[in-house]
Amino acid sequence: MTTIQKKNVDPTAHLTPEDIEQLGIELDAIRQSVLDVRGEADAKYIRNVIKTQRGLEAGSRAVLLFSIFPPAWLLGTAGLSVAKILENMEIGHNILHGQWDWMRDPKIHSTTWEWDMATPAKQWQHSHNELHHTYTNVVGKDNDLGYGIMRVDEEQRWHPFFLAQPFWNFINACFFEYGIAAYDLELGKNLKIKKENRSEEFQANVKGVLAKIRKQATKDYLVHPALSLPTGSFLPTLAANFTANVVRNLWSHSVIMCGHFPEGVETFEKKSIDGETRGEWYLRQMLGSANISGGPAIHMMTGNLSFQIEHHLFPDLNSNRYAEIAPQVQALFEKYGLNYHTAPFPQQVYSAWHKIVRLSLPNGWLDETNAKNLPTQLVKLYKLTTGGPKVRRMIELADRRAANDKKLAAA
Amino acid sequence: MTDTLLRPSEDRATLRGRLVQLAEAATTPLMPADYLDLIAPLRRGTDLRGRIVSVHPETRDAATIVLRPGVDWAGHVPGQYLRIGIDVDGVREWRAYSLTHGPRADGCISITVKAVPDGKVSNHLVHAAKPGTLVHLEQAAGDFVLPSSRGELVETKLLFVTAGSGVTPVIGMLRNLFPVTDSGVVDLPRSADLDIVVVHVAPSEPDSIFLDNLRELDAHGAVRLVPRYDDVHGVLDVAELSSLVPDLAERTTYACGPSGLLDALTAHHEAAGLPLFTEQFRAGFVEAGEGGTLTLADGRTVEADGATPLLDVAEAAGALMPSGCRMGVCFGCVVPLKEGAVRDLRNGAITTVDPISSAAGGVPIQTCISAAAGACHIER
Repeated sequence: MTTIQKKNVDPTAHLTPEDIEQLGIELDAIRQSVLDVRGEADAKYIRNVIKTQRGLEAGSRAVLLFSIFPPAWLLGTAGLSVAKILENMEIGHNILHGQWDWMRDPKIHSTTWEWDMATPAKQWQHSHNELHHTYTNVVGKDNDLGYGIMRVDEEQRWHPFFLAQPFWNFINACFFEYGIAAYDLELGKNLKIKKENRSEEFQANVKGVLAKIRKQATKDYLVHPALSLPTGSFLPTLAANFTANVVRNLWSHSVIMCGHFPEGVETFEKKSIDGETRGEWYLRQMLGSANISGGPAIHMMTGNLSFQIEHHLFPDLNSNRYAEIAPQVQALFEKYGLNYHTAPFPQQVYSAWHKIVRLSLPNGWLDETNAKNLPTQLVKLYKLTTGGPKVRRMIELADRRAANDKKLAAA
Repeated sequence: MTDTLLRPSEDRATLRGRLVQLAEAATTPLMPADYLDLIAPLRRGTDLRGRIVSVHPETRDAATIVLRPGVDWAGHVPGQYLRIGIDVDGVREWRAYSLTHGPRADGCISITVKAVPDGKVSNHLVHAAKPGTLVHLEQAAGDFVLPSSRGELVETKLLFVTAGSGVTPVIGMLRNLFPVTDSGVVDLPRSADLDIVVVHVAPSEPDSIFLDNLRELDAHGAVRLVPRYDDVHGVLDVAELSSLVPDLAERTTYACGPSGLLDALTAHHEAAGLPLFTEQFRAGFVEAGEGGTLTLADGRTVEADGATPLLDVAEAAGALMPSGCRMGVCFGCVVPLKEGAVRDLRNGAITTVDPISSAAGGVPIQTCISAAAGACHIER
């Protein structure tokens, strides 16, 4: 993708500033319509989800006490995986957004909740709620764009390092909770700083993360396996916990990729958000997110991040209401001539992975390559990879000249 | 000997301690209580809660709510009040109500609630609360109790002046002194010497909570009831008291009602040199206005207009505040409002907090989109 400001066709060009402000007013009205009616039924909803999740987790862990028996292992592992997904997505993510603060229940509150994740809630709230949700898809501001380790935009200069990014991305997916923790710590940036110069805040945060990881790992890989010892199920229970964590990590990574990575989701330049109005902020959220279409099960298991667009417009609105406002939001997209980006889960996952593979290669390489020119293309890629910056610049220059010549010839 | 006696319990303590530790390690980041509370919310050692057992209508806009408190309920003295947190339209609301029974044999407690106009909680309790509902409680509190309960000398000649639902703590005291059973009023030896007059003030007759109960006590001779209805007798002037109660000078007065009546009584009794104990009902009511002040954690108070977020007001005053997106999205600026009223700058929604009728510790608010709508106190 290319930031919206550099595109040949800006998908917002047809909107006047008045249109954009009117759009903001109409979105505010949708938000208010939910605030006006939410109440007991919503409170009941989240309490039921929490109760179900805790029952499922406790039940699955009880079954895993006998995990030496394969059917118990399968059942317990499946249950625990689902429980961990619910805990992170529909419960943890949304409570930590403050979606349920309005209930004034100190047990279900953004200031008191802690979740089954390597990263402590407070740190994640800072990097996610404050940075990602405020600066959504602004290149250089929103580190969720590639988590600082991937090339997710044509404008990022290609380097052979990125050839391995599909692999990095897969590893990151398997151990996503640790990836998030490192990301919340801005580990990459901080490790570059000399040890004695790192901020006290960073050092305190590292301590917090390590303490959290120790507790979580002790629970999953020591306490529960040890409790299974009487049936000789130590190792199977350990394996079950590991599997459930990987399943949860792969799943949440995929869902989150679907939210901002599919082809066609827009990114923005840093300058473009100076003095941004509320309407413009809304517009950026609308174009910078993508939904997953599907039934109630997918919405529940994604923590309603299948309504990523609605979530980004109203991050503090309780998730159980996204489904009912989605048609109204989609109608606004149509009214203002904007693209409501939604597709089934497999399609969005494919699209996101396709982009990661495409951008792991030099700009245009994947599009230009076909069966006939594959050998020459491979040679070019080899040169680019092994040749160093000078060679890369030369080849880029030659490409650009060839493209210009073609244009001239066509004219 | 001491050793052998102590050791087993010490062992149990450490074994218990270890088991708790293990349970915590198995449930982290939650606590074992988070699971147990789903099954046994009234058990020992957890947050104090109660369950509504029954709701008895008293008048057309008042009801007595009988509650089974959690195991850790420490009991109460008649005249004390109870802070109760109940979810109304999904929102946890806290209010204080007088306990209207002496300690009951069945271990339940009761409060009597009058539905006040626009009263979110009182209307819910009177008209919508259902048996089985779980509520949140604090231990009984309040100094408005009879001397006998405080272990002091008992004055035998008493006057109760009650107005509206201010009758509820007094009913609590009277029920303790004269239990009413199905077979009538029970005379207890401890109450034999008492000489009690109750002046009960209400706008009109059918609105008097517990009127039947008071009449019954009056008929039995346990108290002398002097009802005063605004629509029949006119609004009570405290100067009339000496004619309503000729031996006023010999009595100790206990009064509960709105502040206007209490202020008048206090002035009257001080002038006459008479003993008086009072309890204001609906204490600390906060009314939302436009703009106000902000009192910071360090005690300083600054002006806060109705259009500026409290976050900006506090920062302009040099306070270190948590902050984030400054647009109401990230919840990084949430701090408890201990007292006061704020207006959500996005949609005008009002949040009011007062120390009696809100959750202990205040109500967390987003300071970046909340402007003062009264005298606000924030935690940091």
